Amino acid sequence: MEKYLYIALFAPLVSSLFAALFTATPKKQFVGIVASLLIFSAFVASTILLTHVLGGGEIVHVELMTWMETGNLYIPFGFVVDEISITMMMVVTLVSTIVHIYSIGYMDHDTGFNRFFSYLSAFVFSMMILVMSDNFAGLFIGWEGVGLCSWLLIGFWYHKESATWAANEAFIMNRVADLGMLIGIFLVFWNTGTLQYDGAFAAMANLDTETLTWIGIFLFIGAMGKSAQFPLHTWLADAMEGPTPVSALIHAATMVTAGVYLVVRSNELYALIPNVGLFIASLGAFVAIFAATMALVNRDIKRVIAYSTLSQLGYMFAAAGLGAYWVALFHLMAHAFFKALLFLGGGNVMHAMSNELDPFKMGGLGKTMKGTMIMMTLASVALAGIFPLAGFFSKDLILEVAFVDHHFIIYTVLLLTAGLTAFYSFRIIALIFHGEDRHTALGFHPHEAYKFMLVAMSPLLILAIIAGFTFKMPYFEMVTQLLPATEYHVHSQVAYWIMTIGTQLFVIASIFFAYKKYMSPSIKVPDGTSKMENSFAYKLLINQYYIPYFYEEYLVKPYRELSTILWEKVDQKIVDATVDGIAGLIHATGENTRDMQSGNLSTMLKWMVAGTIVLLSLAVVFGLSVRYSGEITTILSGLGV
Amino acid sequence: MMEIGLNHYLVLSTILFTIGLVGVMRRKNLLLLFFATEILLNAVNVAFAAISHYYGDLTGQMFAFFVIAIAASELAVGLGLLILWHKRHGSIDLDTMTSMRG
Amino acid sequence: MFEAIAFYLFAFLTIAMFYITVTTSQALYALSALAAGMIFISAFFFILGADFLGAAQIIVYTGAVMALYAFGMMFFDTTRDVKEKQGNEFIVVGFATFAAVLIVAIFAAPLVSTNMTAFYPMVEDAGNTQQVGMVLFTKYLIPFEVAAVMLLVAMVAGIVLAGKKMDKSLTLMNAEEIELLDASANTKVLS
Repeated sequence: MEKYLYIALFAPLVSSLFAALFTATPKKQFVGIVASLLIFSAFVASTILLTHVLGGGEIVHVELMTWMETGNLYIPFGFVVDEISITMMMVVTLVSTIVHIYSIGYMDHDTGFNRFFSYLSAFVFSMMILVMSDNFAGLFIGWEGVGLCSWLLIGFWYHKESATWAANEAFIMNRVADLGMLIGIFLVFWNTGTLQYDGAFAAMANLDTETLTWIGIFLFIGAMGKSAQFPLHTWLADAMEGPTPVSALIHAATMVTAGVYLVVRSNELYALIPNVGLFIASLGAFVAIFAATMALVNRDIKRVIAYSTLSQLGYMFAAAGLGAYWVALFHLMAHAFFKALLFLGGGNVMHAMSNELDPFKMGGLGKTMKGTMIMMTLASVALAGIFPLAGFFSKDLILEVAFVDHHFIIYTVLLLTAGLTAFYSFRIIALIFHGEDRHTALGFHPHEAYKFMLVAMSPLLILAIIAGFTFKMPYFEMVTQLLPATEYHVHSQVAYWIMTIGTQLFVIASIFFAYKKYMSPSIKVPDGTSKMENSFAYKLLINQYYIPYFYEEYLVKPYRELSTILWEKVDQKIVDATVDGIAGLIHATGENTRDMQSGNLSTMLKWMVAGTIVLLSLAVVFGLSVRYSGEITTILSGLGV
Repeated sequence: MMEIGLNHYLVLSTILFTIGLVGVMRRKNLLLLFFATEILLNAVNVAFAAISHYYGDLTGQMFAFFVIAIAASELAVGLGLLILWHKRHGSIDLDTMTSMRG
Repeated sequence: MFEAIAFYLFAFLTIAMFYITVTTSQALYALSALAAGMIFISAFFFILGADFLGAAQIIVYTGAVMALYAFGMMFFDTTRDVKEKQGNEFIVVGFATFAAVLIVAIFAAPLVSTNMTAFYPMVEDAGNTQQVGMVLFTKYLIPFEVAAVMLLVAMVAGIVLAGKKMDKSLTLMNAEEIELLDASANTKVLS
């Protein structure tokens, strides 16, 4: 069983290194194929491990070697495959395999083809370390690794100024959050003496609430950065500068869920501090509705899907904060499937429309891109949470959790968000695929994507449809070996049915409203003159509540001013001047004393006499001090030395 | 003043030594530089002899004796070299001998 | 009393002679003043009771050394004034004065150690030369022999350096070659 763990862990690394050999050469098809095969082998290994865990086998726990052993600190390179990590492993490897195969077609004409696969596989490797590690330090290594690969991939087209800026923004925001996470890890070690999950959580039961609260808060700050919770959320929308497969893999299914994974993994900690959990849940609910409102008016399909991800992350945190960890993980899994599918479909549309992203310029694409239309529509249905697709089982479960625990504000917010989610998802679908054909007049000639790309996307479609009703029970039985197995039942059957049916009707009504509004023939490309575009609400939403502007004006600019001042005034004028001054001084000394060697005997004799005088002076001074040593000590002691 | 003690001789030796130093520093002609060196040696001899007399120790005189011997041999070799240089370069002015310039 | 008069007289003379040696621009004057100074130094030795040393000073220094300098002077044009481009006078005089002050300070200070014992004490009733001989040939024998070797080496060096036609050795040639040498030397003169 251990060998499957190693295969699952190191196959992506091998793939990355293999592709790295070819980064300087032009595109080679087999690089993509080999990379996809290696990731697929990791997926197969994960499946075997899944069957092992489902069959009740013992948890696979290996320790590769010791990383550091200094004093009381013992950190091994240890990996564990338990119920939580196998869920994450399955999600990561499945979506990665599909994205790799998809990228063979998507990055077909890109000169950095080989480099892309190297980075992508490196990302998968880092993510596997993150989810398979059995201690906080390994988690942090994977954490930083995915941050780095995300930077590499967002800024993949590094010649574009906007892409590099977005990559830096993502990395720096993650780094800011990582500081909080590091403090949390330090506190864990300081108070419990170990960084291993089992040891640390066992010891936490004995700590006082205040320490636990601080640990929980700091660890959550790290999760806030990685999962783009408010206020560290601006990087996620800007990260759409990267290629679409990157968005599908990283910003839908895997990296942004690392924060949720952290909270789920630390469930024993958060169970002890329910106040922090309530804060997390409230923040999650706030982010859910906050992102959904921004997606309502956006004119970039990838950004809309990105805000949708942000919103769903808010759902996951709401569930995790309220103590329903298995529900959060379940929603993570289902969301990965249909969100990745949405992104990949969006990639097809972008490719067909030569990288045009404004849905108002599309329209009527359903005639030419039938496959993509079906996939995206079904994915949006799943996202909206319609029975019996996957989203219903996970999203409605979260609503139930909020209702049952009497957090009615959170429940209302999440319910409203569900309606908004349906609306904006189908706004995009309607604008792109239905209605009048607006694109031909603008000069676009779209065509469907390669067949093999559609075939690669189909497993996600199938899973988006069936994952809910097929997987829920086996998943629940498996994962509750580790997580608290709280079942959520509304008191009375009547209330339950009213809730469920009511939610479904509300969502379906939103969908119809979206279709009606955006399929009409009078839709045209907005050019800034319509009444709606000039309204205050529209302006607020399309500028993302002016938060990026706020960050730019009040954080980035002053910091840059400070850096410039430090560079010019301190570094150049003081530090450099000092170093150059010392060098100049030594040089001048050498230049001036070089004349001593004039070769003229007379001058040298004069120098000799000077030297003799110095020695004589020393002799006189020394002799005097010896002669009058008594008096000198009395004077010095009088001065107090 | 009247009673000549060791210090008188030592002060005299110092003055002669200083005159020798002045000569060493001033003279640009190599031969006259040698003259100044002889002055230095003689000053030192006076000091040695004086200390030997006032402490009743013959070591000082022995030292002065060997200094004389060494001065003589140094002079022989030095003059030989001086003559060779003069034959080769035609001048014994120190300011022209700067081939050792660093 | 006589000692004091002799000391001051000869001190004044010596200083004056050496001053002339150091500052005059005429090479012959410098040579003569140096010779005179050497003689007056030997007077000091006689005052101090170092008879042998005083005699040696006259013979070696004034006789041999000054004669050698005089021979050396033959090579240079002594009628011209020695022209010397002078550097900064102040440095020279200043250094010298300062050095003098320092050394006087060192020498004029009362000697700190009072437990000085003589290594080779003077024997009272024997004459100075006798005492010197006794010490020289017993305690200082090795330096004496070494000094002799050194003088020999210096003499040979002086001859080699300054001699002419040193590449041929007369003692190793037989009679005909010497005649050939003479013949070639004579023909050179004639032609």
